[in-house]
Amino acid sequence: MAYAYTPFPYVAAPGLSAPEPRHKVVIVGAGPIGLAMAIELASHGVQATVLDDNNVVSVGSRAICWSKRSLEILDRLGVGERSVTKGVTWKVGRTFHRDKEVFNFDLLPEDGHKMPAFVNLQQYFVEEYLVERAIELGINLRWKNRVVSVEQAADSATVTIETPDGRYSLEADWVIACDGARSPVRGMLGLDFDGELFEERFLIADIEMQGDFASERLFWFEPTFHAGQSALLHKQPDNIYRIDLQLGWDTDPEEEKKPEKVIPRIQKVVGHNDFKLDWVSVYTFQCRRLRSFVHNRVLFVGDSAHIVSPFGARGGNGGLGDVDALGWRLAAVVKGTADKACLAAYDRERTYGADENLLNSSRSTRFMSPDAGAERLFRDAVLHLAARADFARPMVNSGRLSKPCVYPLSAPDADLPQGAKPGAVAPDAPIENDWLTEALGGDFVLLALGATPPDVTGVRILTPTVTDTLRKRYLGDQPHALYLIRPDQVVAARWISGTKADVEAALAAAWEGR
Amino acid sequence: MPLITKPNIADTDEFYAKLLATHRGLSEAQSHALNARLVLILANHIGAVDVLDQALELARDGA
Repeated sequence: MAYAYTPFPYVAAPGLSAPEPRHKVVIVGAGPIGLAMAIELASHGVQATVLDDNNVVSVGSRAICWSKRSLEILDRLGVGERSVTKGVTWKVGRTFHRDKEVFNFDLLPEDGHKMPAFVNLQQYFVEEYLVERAIELGINLRWKNRVVSVEQAADSATVTIETPDGRYSLEADWVIACDGARSPVRGMLGLDFDGELFEERFLIADIEMQGDFASERLFWFEPTFHAGQSALLHKQPDNIYRIDLQLGWDTDPEEEKKPEKVIPRIQKVVGHNDFKLDWVSVYTFQCRRLRSFVHNRVLFVGDSAHIVSPFGARGGNGGLGDVDALGWRLAAVVKGTADKACLAAYDRERTYGADENLLNSSRSTRFMSPDAGAERLFRDAVLHLAARADFARPMVNSGRLSKPCVYPLSAPDADLPQGAKPGAVAPDAPIENDWLTEALGGDFVLLALGATPPDVTGVRILTPTVTDTLRKRYLGDQPHALYLIRPDQVVAARWISGTKADVEAALAAAWEGR
Repeated sequence: MPLITKPNIADTDEFYAKLLATHRGLSEAQSHALNARLVLILANHIGAVDVLDQALELARDGA
């Protein structure tokens, strides 16, 4: 069933009739990242105003693969369970060369996590849920408010906004640009991306059909139905399927989008013509980012800061990683409990995360779309061997799927399991009648396992009963441990035996962004 | 671990002849493809990244 778009109501902004008081935070863009950012800030007690040039959710499915970590973040924002219920949960990916399966993977063979490895859910649903949540929280969403200029002073930024009723200005302590890959705000600041632009185009299409494809990710190299190119198929809710088809560089994007060109190609993929075309787009592979995500009072989050080619699901998921790293810090700066210098840690951590995404995404692109010569030779050699020898299968690269990066923190560490080391997201586990990620919430938490925690101001204590899963993920062979966990659920420091002074020092370091 | 650069195959003439025999009857493009597969097979067998690094460097030398 095709999605029914309901426009959000446009309301004339107060600033059109009289100057508005200075805002704390203005967010440009009500896509999934801008909305998540606003909700995250609200959960930390800061009400942002969100501006969007449009008045409907995403047209087309766009970001569809939400990773386990993104689902945990969406859960903290209040829309995680809804997204999982509606979405198509999958964990198996199959890769074919010509028409033979050469490799498959199972993403999360481990039990004891609230969220599955991946859920496919069209971006328009995620935006719909986030909009409803934002309204519940009283967040001011201003539709058909298009930013036309940004000016910065030493400690503020002013945006000029065009609306159906004319122009007005807003002054804000902070402006967050969540306005996507073509970010107008980025252009207004005269900033540009560094990185690679690949000479490769893909067609993406959503089709509606009564299919019998399993809930798996299917990827083909050089299939007979699309000779010499690559293809990807993903199942989405409501009988919508997403198909990505490599086009090659010598094609005309406008021509390729025409139904008379698209429909025959899709017929070849699905083997029949009993489907309805829902949405078509063409994109060029890019792996690029801004050198810095913090520009005085303007902060870049999501695609406005970095863009990757899509085969690792690293766009939307990478953006939610940004929201995770920025929200608690910016809220504390706005409330005056942290110095703005801590935003340098946002920049440092998320440029690091973006680079990891860019690296993985560039490698996948190179494998999928090799240059003539040695690149092509080895790509074909890997595919040839993959059908014959196990060792070559992990070399087949149809996208390395998004995982949260482990930030390189220099923090107190101990001989405890590597999966929960400082800089990593604290692994989930069942606790009593709850999940650890839920119990962690969005505060600094001192997780005491088999140990009596010291009493530290500004830290919530959590002392769950040590189960086998907690022991395996957090203790290993040690009898007890203390973990300091940040509001973005990243492990800040850990000790086998930690004192009050140890925890206080690590807490101060985390707030200062060291 | 250092890359072994001293002779290490018992009968080098025999191996060399087998290498050529393996390529016999293939076009140049097919031979290139075979060599690429062979590189991947042997690299996986060696496994040790430091050894592979030295091998890559030696192979690139003078290219």
